[in-house]
Amino acid sequence: MPPREGVYGLLAEFNTPSELVHATEMAHRAGYRRMECYTPYPVEQAAEALRFHKTRVPLLCLLGGLAGLTTGSLLEIWINVWGYPLNLRAMPLFSWPAFVVPAYEMTILFAGLSAAFGMIALNGLPQLYHPLFNAPNFASGATTDKFFLCLEANDPRFEGAKTREFLEQFSPVSVVEVDH
Amino acid sequence: MATQGPIPEIVDPMIDPRTGEYAVIAPGQTFKSVTQKIAGIVLTSNTPIAWMGGLFLAATVALGVVIAVTWLVLKGVGIWGITIPGAWGFAIINFVWWIGIGHAGTLISAILLLFKQTWRNSINRFAEAMTIFAVVCAGMFPLLHVGRPWLGYWLLPYPNTMNVWPQFRSPLAWDVFAVSTYATISVVFWYIGMIPDLGTLRDRATMPLAKYIYGMLSLGWRGSTRHWIRYESASLLLAGLSTPLVLSVHTTISFDFAVAAMAGWHTTIFPPYFVAGAVYSGFAMVLTLAIPIRKFYHLEDLVTLRHLDNMAKVMLATGSIVGYGYGMEVFMSWYSASHWEFFMMWNRMFGPMGWAYWVLILTNLAIPLTTLWSRKLRVNVGYLFFLSFVVNIGMWFERFVIVVTSLYRDYLPSSWGTYRATKWDYILFIGTWGLFTTLFLLFARLAPMIPMSEIRMMLPQTKVRPGGADAEAVAQEAL
Repeated sequence: MPPREGVYGLLAEFNTPSELVHATEMAHRAGYRRMECYTPYPVEQAAEALRFHKTRVPLLCLLGGLAGLTTGSLLEIWINVWGYPLNLRAMPLFSWPAFVVPAYEMTILFAGLSAAFGMIALNGLPQLYHPLFNAPNFASGATTDKFFLCLEANDPRFEGAKTREFLEQFSPVSVVEVDH
Repeated sequence: MATQGPIPEIVDPMIDPRTGEYAVIAPGQTFKSVTQKIAGIVLTSNTPIAWMGGLFLAATVALGVVIAVTWLVLKGVGIWGITIPGAWGFAIINFVWWIGIGHAGTLISAILLLFKQTWRNSINRFAEAMTIFAVVCAGMFPLLHVGRPWLGYWLLPYPNTMNVWPQFRSPLAWDVFAVSTYATISVVFWYIGMIPDLGTLRDRATMPLAKYIYGMLSLGWRGSTRHWIRYESASLLLAGLSTPLVLSVHTTISFDFAVAAMAGWHTTIFPPYFVAGAVYSGFAMVLTLAIPIRKFYHLEDLVTLRHLDNMAKVMLATGSIVGYGYGMEVFMSWYSASHWEFFMMWNRMFGPMGWAYWVLILTNLAIPLTTLWSRKLRVNVGYLFFLSFVVNIGMWFERFVIVVTSLYRDYLPSSWGTYRATKWDYILFIGTWGLFTTLFLLFARLAPMIPMSEIRMMLPQTKVRPGGADAEAVAQEAL
């Protein structure tokens, strides 16, 4: 892949979540699709304005849980019935009630790790470099108290000056061009 | 109780006039002030002298662990007071005590999240840290108790040349799975929760090394909305998984006792009673840690009297469940009409170690359950600090009474003996206090103790008004 060059997008900075949500909603109505909000805490309304509702994290968690349940149960059954059968207090070899607890713990272990690492993977993290970190006002605000909307340059509707004009009508603190 | 109680006459800015409750967060906080306050504790370049002194003391005490474990490895478990009939001594008592303490952290971070108890946001991070450090202390004991800790991996199912496998019909094998899962999920939940705050620290750090380390640890977090939605989803799922997990861990530990055919152990009340006791002692430990920390770092605006009041209420509730458990044990030992059960209870109360039972009744029931009903005492910081120690002593004695009194006088009088802990038992136990405090002090200095992103969500500024800038200006003018 050739190194990316040029403009990544236009970054508008806002002081309040209301302004951000409003601007995002209007940008979506104006036809922009490749855009993203950056906030210091989760703003659900911003996700709605981006029309981003569904995540695959719960599905990964479910699959992980089922894998854990299967692994745990099969491990116990194989060990205690075939691999290393022991006659203890004349209990049946397949004494499944006794196998519930470890299988249950394995379910939770796999499901939890799938949810956590699945979230990280779906988010594309770790990603230590991102063009936005080049913006002078991004680092001091995005994780503290500022709200950002970035309209990305690879959107078909993106046209440098026009898009800047579009963003400025929402009276942002600033609109900055971000380079790759 | 509190909501109907008399509203104090003095107008306190911390009291919400509509409910008469203490505010969760002091009024007048902004996104910036909260961030500066919490990040400042970590990013300041001058380490408080008192912190250094505390760390020195704690680390010195923690050396006890190093010495005691070294001697144990050289000599074997014979240096402990365990013998026949008292084969389970301090190691099991301390294991159950420490892991129980950890449970409050998971309760706060998971169960209260599911119940949308937003007041938990201020205290959940250090409660989770407390969980992890308590599990570190707890996990050490069974591993050392097996005698040859360097062969601890024999507990796990893996193909080996001895062709031997674990036996899954024993609660001791269940314990391995429960505790290791609990430790893993607690660490993951804690770390995931910290990622956005590590991003904040990266952006605010001025020292290049700090910027580098927090930058690596934050995985490049940039607060993207799509990331936040997946993040929130994963947090909720982890909370949903941790809730049954925390209940199952102490249940499994109680099975170590309840499955054995010993008088005083073989009872169905053990799982709920162990879990309630765990939460009881855990909240006491959260208070032990929260009270000095909010004072030392001036966090009274974020960890308010409301938090202390609520934690005291949880202690009152769980303490009452524990009290019910004690009552039921006594009742069942009479009602079961079992000679052995009856003798066990008599021996527990009036035998040679009966004093331990009465210490437990005094510290776990008599002192807390009479005083915690009073709102005045629930918001009296000094009293709560004192009480948190009382309850933790009480909960340690509960485990002492359960482990020792059933074992040292069992069915056959000819096999009776006694239990005496040796100095190595004490050195190791006191050493774990030092280890716990050392780890906690390091955490308080190096990581954000209070989740900044979650505190920001509790501020009134987060309200989104439709219409953007104009609506915002109108709302500002109305204020």
